[in-house]
Amino acid sequence: MFDDLNDLYQQVILDHSKCPRNFHKLDHATCTAQGHNPLCGDNVTLYLIMENNVIKDISFQGSGCAISKASASILTDSLKGKSAADVTALFDKVHAMVTTGKAGGDMGKLAVFAGVHKFPARVKCAILPWHAVVSAIDGNPEPVTTESQNG
Amino acid sequence: MNTESCTTELDHPALDVESIRREFPILDQTVNGHPLVYLDNAASSQKPRAVIDAICRYYEHDNANVHRGIHELSNRASTAYEAGRKRAAQFINAKHTSEIVFTRGTTEGINLVAQAWGTRHLRKGDKILLTEMEHHSNIVPWQLLAERVGAEIQYLPVNDDRGLLDLSRLDEWLTSDVKVFAFTHISNSLGTVNPAAEFCKRARSLGIITVVDAAQSAGHGPLDVQELDCDFLAFSGHKMCGPTGIGVLYGRQELLEATPPYQGGGDMIATVDYHKSTWNKVPHKFEAGTPHISGVVGLHAAMDYLDRIGRNRIARYDHELGAHAYEELARLKGIRLFGPHIGRAGLVSFLMTDVHAHDLVTVADQRGFALRGGHHCNQPLMKKLGVESTARASFYFYNTHQEIDRTIEVLKEIQNFFTR
Repeated sequence: MFDDLNDLYQQVILDHSKCPRNFHKLDHATCTAQGHNPLCGDNVTLYLIMENNVIKDISFQGSGCAISKASASILTDSLKGKSAADVTALFDKVHAMVTTGKAGGDMGKLAVFAGVHKFPARVKCAILPWHAVVSAIDGNPEPVTTESQNG
Repeated sequence: MNTESCTTELDHPALDVESIRREFPILDQTVNGHPLVYLDNAASSQKPRAVIDAICRYYEHDNANVHRGIHELSNRASTAYEAGRKRAAQFINAKHTSEIVFTRGTTEGINLVAQAWGTRHLRKGDKILLTEMEHHSNIVPWQLLAERVGAEIQYLPVNDDRGLLDLSRLDEWLTSDVKVFAFTHISNSLGTVNPAAEFCKRARSLGIITVVDAAQSAGHGPLDVQELDCDFLAFSGHKMCGPTGIGVLYGRQELLEATPPYQGGGDMIATVDYHKSTWNKVPHKFEAGTPHISGVVGLHAAMDYLDRIGRNRIARYDHELGAHAYEELARLKGIRLFGPHIGRAGLVSFLMTDVHAHDLVTVADQRGFALRGGHHCNQPLMKKLGVESTARASFYFYNTHQEIDRTIEVLKEIQNFFTR
């Protein structure tokens, strides 16, 4: 019925938005960061436990649209055991993919977000948790946003 | 309103929506492969051919600067600009043409009142009364003022999802230490129509200055500032078939006289010396620099157009569309509706269980529907209602009942899509 939309709302995305993984607070988080898009109300807090510059555990809490929620959920699934440098490299790849649709190499589960590039207004939803995780690792205390204007 | 348009309105009680739609060139297009259904009128309305042509005609024949040229084109531009002011005064039944100040829109009108009038007349400890359903543009200018002069802001509470103000407690809030009461005529996120005349009457009896945000009401029905008996009233051209970047601030003559200039520059002065200047008369005192002349020309054409259609008829039809949409939505499962059950303006605000407003709006857009999803510049109200955002469909007289039925159909599809 909505074939054109299946690129954006793939079953995996709907599944993760309804049943987000790692959706809780980490009490002993070594770093946290908040992403907030006030215009659409997407709100995500990431909790990380870093050991020797490697992500030992990661979780998130928050509320928002299907895209932002699924993005945060799949992000937490994908980043366990990754180093800070891995995260930065992956951020660049995800950013390129959601803005151009082209994945650089095997993106695994993250490939479901390639369709977002056809919906420019929604790129900010998909990329919000990624900005937040980079900010968390950098130890930036300010909440990040991917909206240029806040209405 | 002139007698001619009143007669026309009575003779033809129903709107001929199909022929009206043909006067709006933008409506005749497909979006994402589907006929456009434009339901974001509370954000901005579309423009009829008459308005587009008036602006073109002005630029093709009459364009020049106003109030300063001796030459023919400058005369024409000045005449057109001041004719627009006279028309705006007539449109809202102001007593004097000089009570009309042209602004960029409602937001600038309210800022002018808060900054220029407010800074002169409010002092530490004075109270500013707003309502919990105000748009950011009727909150933030007052916060800036309150911070500057040490005044305190209070809010008349909204009941609950029904979105009505608690009028039984109005006396508790309207007290003699309140200096100004600023409120929206029609809520852009709830569709509530506030009893503006009653508010003004109660405020007047206590000597409280009233500021009416008429952004959603101007152009959606008759508007009479003498009947309302308000002190200030602001509206935008672009929400009532006019161009963007032009709006009107109405202020009672004696209040405008007692208000210092808002911005300095050309046109707003009488004399300028290197160390001291004197101000032009009201309203020119508030219009520094070259004004938005083509905007006024377009707004003039929009006011003529709306009166040709008939503002009473527009209001009736608007309410019909709002009621129709509300009833149909109330029949759907998993829909939370905001705003009053009855007596609502032509817009509906709602949430679908388990579907975020932005996902809903994205999917609707793929079917050619222009809806709004978000906090509608009402963040404090959204927080109070316990939501982040809502989806909104807002109507104007060129929308049809069939479009509402199709909206309901697409909402059902969206529900199925996200619960598959």
